This record gives sequence, structure tokens and C-alpha cells, in this order.
Amino acid sequence: MTSRTTEIWVGLFVAAGLAALFMLAMKVSNLNTYQTGPTYEVTARFEDVSGLKERSPVTMAGVRIGRVKRIEFDDQALQAVVTLAIDKRHNRLPRDTSASIYTAGLLGEKYVALEAGGEEESLKNGDEIRLTQDSMVLEKLIAKFIAKFLQDKTQ
Amino acid sequence: MVAALRYLGRVGLGFFQRLGRANLLLLAILPGLPPLFLRFSLVVRQLYSVGVLSLLIILVSGVFVGMVLGLQGYNTLVDFGAEESLGVVVALSLVRELGPVVTALLFAGRAGSALTAEIGLMKATEQLSAMEMMAVDPIRRVLAPRFMAGFLAMPLLAAIFSTVGVMGGWFVGVGLLGVDDGSYWSQMQAKVDLYDDVWNGVIKSIMFGAVVTWIAIFEGYDAVPTSEGVSRATTRTVVHSALAVLGLDFVLTALMFGG
Amino acid sequence: MSDILVRIRDLHYARGSHVIFDGVDIDIRRGTVTAIMGPSGTGKTTLLRLIGGQLRPDRGTVEVDGQPVHRLRGRALYDLRKRMGMLFQNGALLTDMDVYDNIAFPLREHTALPESLIRTLVLMKLEAVGLRGARHLMPSQLSGGMARRVALARAIALDPMMVMYDEPFTGQDPISMGVLVRLIRTLNDALDLTSVVVSHDIEETRAIADYIYLLSQGKVVAQGTSEELEQSDSAWARQFLHGEPDGPVPFHYPAQAYVEDLLAGEEAA
Repeated sequence: MTSRTTEIWVGLFVAAGLAALFMLAMKVSNLNTYQTGPTYEVTARFEDVSGLKERSPVTMAGVRIGRVKRIEFDDQALQAVVTLAIDKRHNRLPRDTSASIYTAGLLGEKYVALEAGGEEESLKNGDEIRLTQDSMVLEKLIAKFIAKFLQDKTQ
Repeated sequence: MVAALRYLGRVGLGFFQRLGRANLLLLAILPGLPPLFLRFSLVVRQLYSVGVLSLLIILVSGVFVGMVLGLQGYNTLVDFGAEESLGVVVALSLVRELGPVVTALLFAGRAGSALTAEIGLMKATEQLSAMEMMAVDPIRRVLAPRFMAGFLAMPLLAAIFSTVGVMGGWFVGVGLLGVDDGSYWSQMQAKVDLYDDVWNGVIKSIMFGAVVTWIAIFEGYDAVPTSEGVSRATTRTVVHSALAVLGLDFVLTALMFGG
Repeated sequence: MSDILVRIRDLHYARGSHVIFDGVDIDIRRGTVTAIMGPSGTGKTTLLRLIGGQLRPDRGTVEVDGQPVHRLRGRALYDLRKRMGMLFQNGALLTDMDVYDNIAFPLREHTALPESLIRTLVLMKLEAVGLRGARHLMPSQLSGGMARRVALARAIALDPMMVMYDEPFTGQDPISMGVLVRLIRTLNDALDLTSVVVSHDIEETRAIADYIYLLSQGKVVAQGTSEELEQSDSAWARQFLHGEPDGPVPFHYPAQAYVEDLLAGEEAA
């Protein structure tokens, strides 16, 4: 009992809705930065990972090469253990690569920046990055600054 | 004093009674949904009246809301020298909140009230009773297709709203106010997350669609079968839908975006 | 196959505190046109709903074709309803479809007949009520009498064994009334139906009814063929059949004595 025109209009409507969803996914969101290619995992331990989230970017030389896969807490060592999923294409990272947590922009989100070391051997799946630098927490920074300032003043 | 308490008690009990009836109705509708996939023409008919006929108001509202966001966003961001982030502001506002919520409110007003009036009128003119006597279950034949249509149409409408809103914001920001075209889109793409923002927005609109359609259908089915009763039921649909959507939005936002 | 299609025994039904039926016995014979008459508000429509299973009696039994309607549920009830047709007071046509689709509705819902066969059946039913040419009109375009005839065609679409008419003559002009009266009788005889007519239009109903039940205040106060009732010495029968304003059904709504009311001077608070 549905007329042809009704069906056509409904079809167009549903198509338009799906197209809108598609547009939102493609052009509006960060879909194309989600690489679903194969990755390998390395871990890194930090004293402080404040602000870092799962799926935060992992970069080297400013280029995104992976994402933070998991953030866990080690009860024994009382440290944060971060698992990084790095694109398999980038498999020649030296074993003495360092990982630091920086902030994008002034108040932006945290990300993990990797800096290459000099060793011959490369990081493989399951390895751990030894050299790490913690996330910069604003309060600690200010406290340090004030302490230094007072120290300078008393000299 | 006592009379006031008794009145409150009556209202409270009445509220719970209606809530109970509404739930019973929903439980009666749900088993009628799977068979609809075999008779999808019924749903298509309803998708037309609930979805296609709402398109115009959604498109117009979406464009204007997007343009206002572009304008207001620019005015605020320019003080911080951050007008290049306009795309982010417009997109996040729409995708996370305004898309699902405003669409739901417009939907309640346009499609919801129409559903209530239609079903209420069918009840008043004994069409539902006639169907029962013809051994056709009105819940399966009349209510279930409308419920499914509302529940399917809402996320599509919300997505359309957000999309044309983003373009409206682009038109004002980039076209009229001089924000850089590249920055508008690239910052947006960097900051709008597919899962956290777009997907959550879709989930919100699906839930709003279910709630608004449920309220609209219940009010129509439960209406007093007179012209006054139907008109009161229609008003109740719009008011209760609005309250439910805004309340549910708070809960969902807290769950999805809260710490 | 019993002679009696609908057997109602000791029916009790109340809505809230208002007692509608207080021990009613009714037999409806196959192939007859049986009329249920009485003053407005005696629950005649309620009786039809009880027969159709939309309401359940507080006490008593309602049997249709040997089946206890008041105890049937779900599938069994729906199967029984497919064999009953009902004509609602205002037609109750589905307003979003045209006349053709309205009559095809029960056929499409309950049978798997091909469209060509459905078309034949729909045209046959429409021809029986004289509205074959109106099949593409929408219900809103029909006059009251035409809407009822379409509803009648729809009620017989599945060739039921019984058709119930809820106040079919109310508010009709003389011509429509005449058409409907003739249709009810002719269809009943031609299609071997049993008809139950609920009405308070005396002349029309008496013209076609084989048997009449007179209800008042929850009980059957008189019953019989049209002639038997004419000769009955029951005060009810006389008042109703002759439309006398006062009798067992009083003219005055219960109130205090007239003189006292006037002398009170002002309305009580």
C-alpha cells in the first residue's frame, strides 16, 4: 500500500542520513588518523603520567607513529606502565629510544614523544623503553619555579 | 493542609500509574518489532511521515544553529586569538550536544505531537477497537511500526542536523568572518574523536529517539477519547518529551563525558 | 450444530459502582435477526463488546458457537473474532486508506490470497452494499450512511457466521435508514448469517427483527417476536414500543419533592 513516491522519498531520506553520518565520520572527526594497520607493542614506565589518556598519540620527530594502547599501575614498583602500540612499518627504532610526555600547545592534550638514541639494535614487540621523562604537571612546575626564585633571592 | 497532602498523594500515585501503564505498553510493543522486518512496508510508510516530513525543519534549524555557533564562537575566540579553533567549537558543540538534543526537541514537537494526535484520534473514532474486533492486534499493526520508525529516524536526523550545522558554521566563519579554511577543518579533524564524540552523539540520538517515540505513542494510546482529551495528550507529549530528553541528556553526558 | 449461536447466561457486569447487567439470559438463534433494544445507557454496546470478548463479565457465561468467549485468550479469541463481523456506530473505517483498502484490510491481514482474488472479493462485497463505484474514495469523503455501508461490506469481508450492528440507524436520514434496514435483512438471509442488532429505533428494528429482547436497568424486561411484544401486557414493553414518555422508565430524574424545592428559596451550599 506504500506508493512509489513515498518509498523513493524514504530511500532518499535514509541515504541522506547515512551520508551525513559518513561525512561526520570522515571529514569532521579524526577517523583518517586512526590507522588500523598492524602494530607492535613496547612498554615504558613513568613516575607520573598525569593527563595522558588511552589512544593519545605517540610521535617521533613530530610525526605520529602510533597510539597509547594501555595505561596500568604497577603495585610493586609503584609506577605507571604505559603500553605503546607502534605501527609495524616503523620497526627500526633504536633500543635506547627515550619516551617523554609532552603537552600539545599550551593547554592541549598530552602525547608521548619518542627520541631516537644511537644503538644498532631495534626495539621489538614486548621490549621496554628504559629512558623516560614524566608528564609536566603545572603545579610541580610552579612549585619548582617559586623554589628557584626564592633561592635566587636569598643569594 | 490535609487536602493539599491528599492532592499530592493522588498526583504521585497517578504519576506512577501512568508510568506503569507506559512500561506495560512498551513491553507489549517490543515483541512486535522483529516481525516488522518481514513487513517493512509498514515501517517505510511511517518513516516517511516521521522522518522525511521532519527534514525541512531539521535542515533549516541545523543551518541556523550552525551559523549562530560560528558567529558566537568567533566573537568569543577572537579575544584569545584562537579564532582558528572555530571549527572545533562548532563541531564539538553540534556533535556532542546540540545535534542530538535540538533534533530530539524538534522531533518531539513535529513528529511526536503528530503521532500522539493520530493515535489518539484513531482511539477516539474506534478504529483501534474495530481492528481488535477484526482480530488484528493494533499494537502490532499500528504502534510497533511507528515506534521503529521513530527510533530509526532520529539518529539520521541528528546526523543531518550536525552536518549542515558544521557547514553553516563554515559559511559564517570561513566565508564571512575570514577564518582560515584549512584551519577550520584540520583543527576540527584533530580534535573531534570518532568514538568519544561522533559515536556517543549517535548513541544519544538513538536513545532520545526511543524515548520521544515511546512517550508520543503512549500518550496517544492512553488519551481520553474525546477531542479535548487528544489535545491534552498532544501537549503532554511535547512537554514530557522535552523534560525527558533534557534529563536523559544530562545523565548520558555525565556518563560519557564526565571524568 | 446447535440451534443457538450465542448463549448468554446469568450475565453480571459492572463498571465501577455502576451495575450494567444484573443477571441477563439471552439466546440468539442461528440465521435470525435478533434485536437488543432498550433506553439509552442500558449498556447495549457493552453487551456487544462482551460477546466479542473485548470485555469480560464479572459473573456468568457468554458462549459463541459453543465456545466460552469469556475464557478465551490470544490466538483462540482472535480465531473466533475472525468469524464475527462488527459494524461500529460511526463506521470506524481506517482513515488513512481508501474504501477499497479498508475492505481489503481483513482479507490482506488474515489470508494469503493473491491480489487478483482479493479484488474480486472486495468488488463483490461493495456490490452487495451498492458502493462499488465509490471504491477509491477516502473515508473523509463519505457521508455517514455511505460510511456505514462500507463498514458493513468490511464486516462481511471474511464471510463471518455472525454480524453485530451497534446502533446502525442512529442519526440517519430516512433514505439511508431504509437502505440499511433492507441491507441487514437481505444480507442476513442471502449469506445465511446471524445478525445481532442493538438499537433504540423501534420501527426500523421491528420491521426486520425475528426476535426482540428489551433491556432495562440491567435485566431483560421483555422478550419475544414483534407481535408477541405488541400484545404483551408488560408495562415496559408498552412504554418502549409506543414511546410513552412516562412509565417504568420515569420521566423525572430522581429529585426531592417539587414544592419543597421551590420553597427552599435558594440553592443549598
